[in-house]
Amino acid sequence: MLFHLSSEQVAIQDAVRGTLGECWGMEKLHAFAEGEDDFDRQSWDALMALGVGSLALPEADGGAGLGLLDAALVCEVAGEAAAPGPLIGQITAAIAVAACKNAETRALLADIASGAMIVSLAVDSQHVQSARAAQLLLCRDTDGGLELVETGEGVEIEAVAATDRSRPVSKVSIGDAKRYPLFTAGDPMAQRVMDAALVLVAADSLGGAQHCTNLSVEYAKTREQFGQPIGRFQGLKHQLAQMALEVEPARAQVWYAAYSWDAQLPDCTRSAAMAKAHLCEVYTRTTRAAIAAHGGIGYTWEYGLNYWFRRSVHNRAWLGLPAQHRARAADLAGW
Amino acid sequence: MDLSYGAEAEAFRQEVRAFLVENWTPGERRGGELKDFIRKFRRAGVEQGYLYRSVPKRYGGSEQPVDVIRAQVIREEFARARAPMEVGGNGVNMTVPTLLEKGTEEQRELFIRKTIDGEYIWGQGYSEPGSGSDLASVRTKAELSADGTKWIINGQKIWTSQGMQSTHMFMLVRTEPDATKHDGITYLLMDLDQPGVTRRPIRQMTGEEGAHTFCEFFFDNAEAPVSWQVGERGQGWYVSRTTLKHERASIGSADGLGRQFSKLVELAREMERLDDPLVRDKLAEIEGRVLSHRYTSFRLFSCAAAGEDPGTVQLMMKLLLTEIGHDMALLAQDVIGEAGMVEPVGAGGRGPRGPRGPNKWLDQIMGSLGNSIAGGTTNIQRNIIGERGLGLPRDLAMSGEK
Repeated sequence: MLFHLSSEQVAIQDAVRGTLGECWGMEKLHAFAEGEDDFDRQSWDALMALGVGSLALPEADGGAGLGLLDAALVCEVAGEAAAPGPLIGQITAAIAVAACKNAETRALLADIASGAMIVSLAVDSQHVQSARAAQLLLCRDTDGGLELVETGEGVEIEAVAATDRSRPVSKVSIGDAKRYPLFTAGDPMAQRVMDAALVLVAADSLGGAQHCTNLSVEYAKTREQFGQPIGRFQGLKHQLAQMALEVEPARAQVWYAAYSWDAQLPDCTRSAAMAKAHLCEVYTRTTRAAIAAHGGIGYTWEYGLNYWFRRSVHNRAWLGLPAQHRARAADLAGW
Repeated sequence: MDLSYGAEAEAFRQEVRAFLVENWTPGERRGGELKDFIRKFRRAGVEQGYLYRSVPKRYGGSEQPVDVIRAQVIREEFARARAPMEVGGNGVNMTVPTLLEKGTEEQRELFIRKTIDGEYIWGQGYSEPGSGSDLASVRTKAELSADGTKWIINGQKIWTSQGMQSTHMFMLVRTEPDATKHDGITYLLMDLDQPGVTRRPIRQMTGEEGAHTFCEFFFDNAEAPVSWQVGERGQGWYVSRTTLKHERASIGSADGLGRQFSKLVELAREMERLDDPLVRDKLAEIEGRVLSHRYTSFRLFSCAAAGEDPGTVQLMMKLLLTEIGHDMALLAQDVIGEAGMVEPVGAGGRGPRGPRGPNKWLDQIMGSLGNSIAGGTTNIQRNIIGERGLGLPRDLAMSGEK
């Protein structure tokens, strides 16, 4: 029985946290949010140098032979830092290509795993993160299966004012472009790939929600009103306790969803849906509560809480709203 | 991660299972005959090392090394065979651990064996009408008799579970009126069968009353031998912290919550509401919390097995369970609809003869409110999470005290 993080897993998170701490502070986030780019080369290269793109791949494919759980732990830290780049698309695509039998598609694996080729998720939505930087898009094919589409000829990308400033989207229309087949609609891997993406979005949301809770608690310890730290007042203390009560128990739900995916348990698809739905609810409530807990400073652009709030708006709508996944979960339970 | 218990535990499971097949054979026994059979069965369970594992052999326990996985396997197999485990209640959960940690040899000899045999039933004498969340303000007072051998007790205690059945009480009483609040309290044990003790059941909002509900106790020159005082005079507050810790560990079961959620789904099916998209959405939303609780209990279990500190999350389990109970109550109320206008027969009852029909959920609907109060109110839980968990400064009203 092992259902808490190993010291190796804690070390992976520490390494990613340390790397992002060096290259993705609030100053960088502000500059990026005000800029025109939809991709940050420096932080991407730093993350890829850690091997996060190939973490969940089998050793035979040049990966670390770890699982979706370990990839989720990385995405959690990326969520904490509001890291830029299509990390979830990249990891999901690497998993998909490694499991694909088509030789032409598989030939892309080394470049995807290393992060040299950037892949973003474009499934069931025209709004695609880092679309202008991506060489490949992970898409549904016309029959509901999955394929990779090469950007360039046949792919129109239109810049939009993105809500999430840390992972700006563009509007993408795909026409007659170069395609690499992955899985047909009936292939169980098509479902597995989408399940993996949901778990990673849940993990990103967990990290963001934890970060907002931490910021709120630290602020409540230092901000003084009426001659004392505001965290002493039970009104606020209880709101902060409620935030922690939302976030900390939900952590184990992300672990379970990733674990059940790795172990291919019968409930893995449903667990991914439940985790995506629940964690996006938690993220929404926590970012709102964090801004309330901070008061005026939380409402400023400069303080930066809004980046996580905006990321929570993006995650909630991305790959299906919580209510859609709850409806799927109800069907899958046979209710 | 790995949710299996491992080969060693599975081999042990076979052992437990074989023991149960051999020994748990109640057959058609009823009444006193069944009681005798259970007593013998428990004794066999102790001899095998399955029951009272943390109690030394000389007091009637099986004195086993701490092994949370084995303990879990035993619980699972006994539950599966519907075999009785330890007698439970305040005695086993609170009195025994407290005496093992803080009691005298005489007290252990006197009480532990009879408690785990179910002969002594213990009531908790903590809350008073004027002392709820502020427990250290207790006013029930004890004074030494002229010859210095007995404590003479006067005052009132309230919210004692199993009060009508209790043979004994462990209690907090004020013995040093001039000391500071927390340092004026002594922890006493008392025989409840004496003229100075009056008990009365409390009728609850559920309608529950009579022999199996909470009681209030009145003490009018009741007596307890000085040798039944646990810990130093004036140090009772700190002795009681041991027992509250034990109580926290025994509240909240993920499996119980999961079963209750399954029943709620079944209720929606029976009431022909399971096709309603709103009900389906609400059920799945609640299940998101149920699963968080469930997997967090795996996490706590895993940490306990590895001897690691799980951190802040362990302070959250009671409140989490309580909040989920409220969510389920509110949905159940909407699902039963008009059935909720009528009290079920046997409302407020417990056990197999409890109420039937959809309106039996009124018990859970009202009972969920009790969970916000018992064992540390919800607002106190929030203080604990905020102060001990998140490190926020203590409330001024309380930080002036020790």
